[in-house]
Amino acid sequence: MRYLPKSPAERERMLAAIGARSIDELFAVIPAECRLDRDLDVPRQQAESEIIDYFRAAADKNATGYASFLGAGAYRHYRPVIIDSLVQRGEFLTSYTPYQAEITQGTLQAIFEFQTMIAELTGMDVANASMYDGSTGAAEAVMMAVRVTGRRKAVVATTVHPEYREVLATYATHQRLPTTLAGYDAKTGRVDLAALEASVTKETAAVLVQSPNFFGVIEDIPAIAAIAHAQGALLIVSIAEAVSLGVVRPPVEADIVSMEAQSFGVALSYGGPFCGVMACKEQYIRQMPGRLVGQTTDGTGYRGFVLTLATREQHIRREKATSNICTNQALVALMTTIFLAVYGKEGIRELAEHNLAKADYTANRLSTQPGAKLLFTGAPRFHEFVLQTAEPPVLWSQRLLDEKIVGGIELSRWYPELGHATLWCATEVITREQIDTAAMVLAAGLVEA
Amino acid sequence: MATDLTNPQTPAGSHTTGKVRPHQTQNEALLFEKSSPGKRAYKLPPLDVPAVDLASLLGAARRDQAAELPELSEIEIVRHFTRLSTWNYAIDLGMYPLGSCTMKYNPRVNELVARIEGLAEAHPYRPESLAQGILEVIDLLQRCLLDITGMDAITLQPAAGAHGEFTGILLVRAWHESQGNSRRKVLIPDSAHGTNPATAAICGYAVENLRSNSDGGIDLEALARQVDSETAALMLTNPSTIGVFESQIHKIAEILHAKGALLYMDGANMNALVGKARPGDFGVDVMHLNLHKTFSTPHGGGGPGSGPVACKAFLEPFLPIPVLVKDENGAKHWNYGRPQSVGRVRAFYGNTGMFIRALAYILANGPDGLRQTTEDAVLNANYIRHKLEDLYDLPYKTASMHEVVFSDKRQAAKGVKTGDIAKRLIDYGFHPYTVSFPQIVHGALMIEPTESESLEELDLFIEAMRSIAREVEETPEVVKSAPHSTRVSRLDEVQAARKPILRWRPGQ
Amino acid sequence: MAMAYPANYRYTREHEWIVVEGKIGTIGITDYAQSSLGDIVYVDAPKVGDPVTANATFGSVESVKAVSDLYSPVTGTVTAVNEELKTTPDKINEAPHDAWIIKVELADPAQLDALLDAAAYEKFVSEETQG
Repeated sequence: MRYLPKSPAERERMLAAIGARSIDELFAVIPAECRLDRDLDVPRQQAESEIIDYFRAAADKNATGYASFLGAGAYRHYRPVIIDSLVQRGEFLTSYTPYQAEITQGTLQAIFEFQTMIAELTGMDVANASMYDGSTGAAEAVMMAVRVTGRRKAVVATTVHPEYREVLATYATHQRLPTTLAGYDAKTGRVDLAALEASVTKETAAVLVQSPNFFGVIEDIPAIAAIAHAQGALLIVSIAEAVSLGVVRPPVEADIVSMEAQSFGVALSYGGPFCGVMACKEQYIRQMPGRLVGQTTDGTGYRGFVLTLATREQHIRREKATSNICTNQALVALMTTIFLAVYGKEGIRELAEHNLAKADYTANRLSTQPGAKLLFTGAPRFHEFVLQTAEPPVLWSQRLLDEKIVGGIELSRWYPELGHATLWCATEVITREQIDTAAMVLAAGLVEA
Repeated sequence: MATDLTNPQTPAGSHTTGKVRPHQTQNEALLFEKSSPGKRAYKLPPLDVPAVDLASLLGAARRDQAAELPELSEIEIVRHFTRLSTWNYAIDLGMYPLGSCTMKYNPRVNELVARIEGLAEAHPYRPESLAQGILEVIDLLQRCLLDITGMDAITLQPAAGAHGEFTGILLVRAWHESQGNSRRKVLIPDSAHGTNPATAAICGYAVENLRSNSDGGIDLEALARQVDSETAALMLTNPSTIGVFESQIHKIAEILHAKGALLYMDGANMNALVGKARPGDFGVDVMHLNLHKTFSTPHGGGGPGSGPVACKAFLEPFLPIPVLVKDENGAKHWNYGRPQSVGRVRAFYGNTGMFIRALAYILANGPDGLRQTTEDAVLNANYIRHKLEDLYDLPYKTASMHEVVFSDKRQAAKGVKTGDIAKRLIDYGFHPYTVSFPQIVHGALMIEPTESESLEELDLFIEAMRSIAREVEETPEVVKSAPHSTRVSRLDEVQAARKPILRWRPGQ
Repeated sequence: MAMAYPANYRYTREHEWIVVEGKIGTIGITDYAQSSLGDIVYVDAPKVGDPVTANATFGSVESVKAVSDLYSPVTGTVTAVNEELKTTPDKINEAPHDAWIIKVELADPAQLDALLDAAAYEKFVSEETQG
């Protein structure tokens, strides 16, 4: 076996040194009836070339070369080449959680840079070293608000990503944490402020909204914050599209920001691994879950970095910990750090502007086709929009697929009240030609229908 | 060793700010400190649609102050992260015997196949008809893991081991609820990883501690006393955190099942069992796996992980949505229509990129390779135990599986603790073992070599440990002030925690 | 080099001390507690007006790698919190028997009788160290 660095003779020598007659002697402690006396039923040992062939074949079956207007919490952006070349350095790839600070300063300094960048982008004081993803991060943020406020209820906007809400529901059920939903305004697609105000009470620990929200609409964060804070509740803002922060005002009025940073240079990879991150106001750090890296000095006075405030965590506090999280997304966080270094202060704005322009053009082109209508025009958007069509999406989406285009995602499974509505996303990687083709295909069917 | 390890480096000159080091690669500032306005590492293609006016599109929602991100050129970024990387220890550099973390070799073909465009660029909401390839990969991995564990059903959705524990305990809870009583408490041995009690607590269970017996295993009598009609489950790590197989596992399962309680297995140490024994054959009802431990996906400085949960058939209806199903034509689909499901634990389907890597590892090994891997891991741990037990105290004499846990009892008598010995190992070119865990061993040294170490590397490690034991007797101060060979010496963790500096600010 | 345990204080087996003047009890942790924890980096104390209950936790002290719950010697209401410890928790390491954590208005002064006096506490500590 090519990964195992021992010859048969060496194995024999080691067994002899231990004083065991055979390897099975070392497994004798496992009762005979528990031992497996056959080969595992897994494919036979493959050559490296066969492994590559197998996955290439799988990739081909997946179909490539499609233009895609899918977003909804997973976004396709260009990934600079140096991200993969740097994260594949063995010193990053094959290192573990930096418990031994003296020999993990590389990882620690990179995380410190990540924390700084996320705090800068989100307008928060501090950020942690990452969470699993945006969905679990949002649920963890709600539990954090419960600890901070000592209250046990949450109000969640229906414009938060439906799968994020499902994850929160799973966590909340067993925390005995009742959640109330706040609906959206039919014209703007924003949280219905009157409904929100009615549901937030002195017992509310947190108000959770997403901005840009699931419809791509940017929420009125100052107004929502005022409602939450008037009752002493914390405001949690979930951000699923991190690139928006290049042009969209950060949610500085929030108490906690839970962000999915996948857009910063992380491959779609059919939904994971992504990169959640949590940021908050300074006074709440002791209740924040996840690892934190802090700056300090060594015995000689050199600057160095360590994992800090570890007493919040499960390995010390066990059942009283702020969360059970242990492993995080360090390598993915490193990808986002490199991405942000590549784009930098100006690039992130320019990139966001390109996204905004592509989406604006797409929205205009599609919605001016007969039978198509743009919803939620009453509020600013980032790079996603909701299109309502006279024709059921299943019809035109097949025509688009024939042209190697994946259209917007159907919303009926989550928002049946919106009828034939689809959510479209246009990032910088989509071309004008593809947008025009999509508009033509859409129109063709609409005319025939 | 030629260099004098006792002589710490001194800063270059008395005018040092504490940030200056003699060599370029040792002297890498923060990205923000290297930034200057106008430098670029990116170039966007020309915009092929009309430019937009931010103010009119966004109004009050427009960002008026740019985030202070660094401005750098590409070469500076490449050098920056390359230099930082050289400050890390890694499996690729040498033995990383961090017990319970299973720092095994991470094959490079895994990285290559996970980046094949058709897999890496697949959007999670693409139509299933365009995702059959990735669904087949997921299906094959599921089938392999089911045979490896001997279980009946599986979800790959959990993002890491602790997230898998959460999912597994939710299944336990949902099943008990379906029986009419969710029950109140979960039993957890005192040797358990901290995630176990934290998990039980976030699932709404009271944690009841189960004291280990004199062998470090489950005390059957105590278990029988503590299991009652309010016990939902026992969370058991097997082999345990001291690297010992619970030889009474059948009886443990019987005691639990007789009272209607379930047996949860923390699969952190599954690398000691693959191809040799299956939890499904010894009474386990539900368990998680750590793909980043047993199945070689990279640890990457702390993640990402992946924590599939496998269970017996009676727990299958409760698995998180969606689950993968096959239709009569063999096409694969996600099924969301499962009324008894515990719900979702994560958006989308899990850390798919890790599934690809884990499957590549299983294919590279095959049944014979997986078995040999387990045997070598156990052989290596026993070899280390045999070569060190005359110098280091072995609190539990039970047979070791994939890891061995010593205590610092003999060295502590000289004022040297496990943490000191760990730091001294760094000077000998090794990553330390796991320090002070499990908590049932006072001053624990938890050593897990994994199968990835050659006899030569093991002998060097043993020599280092023996040499340190000698130093403890002769020059304990050298050990207590280690490491002496690293870029930074021991860092002031007290200062870091008292006055936390968690981000860079200008002039800091 | 053990510090003397003040004779006018009373002690818990969880290593808190209390000294009472009138109806107000001042509470901190003992020299033994601070030295076993090591450098204290954070003190989590209740707010003024919060109730505390004898033998129940009212907060925690943290070192870099350990958390130790604080148990109240008496039942009562918090009347003052030592704000100084927020920024300088190391005062507890420097002068454990002066660096108080909270002041409490006692609900039942008779509860003091259940606590250890200095001599009994010292004996308790020496037994715990040997055990």
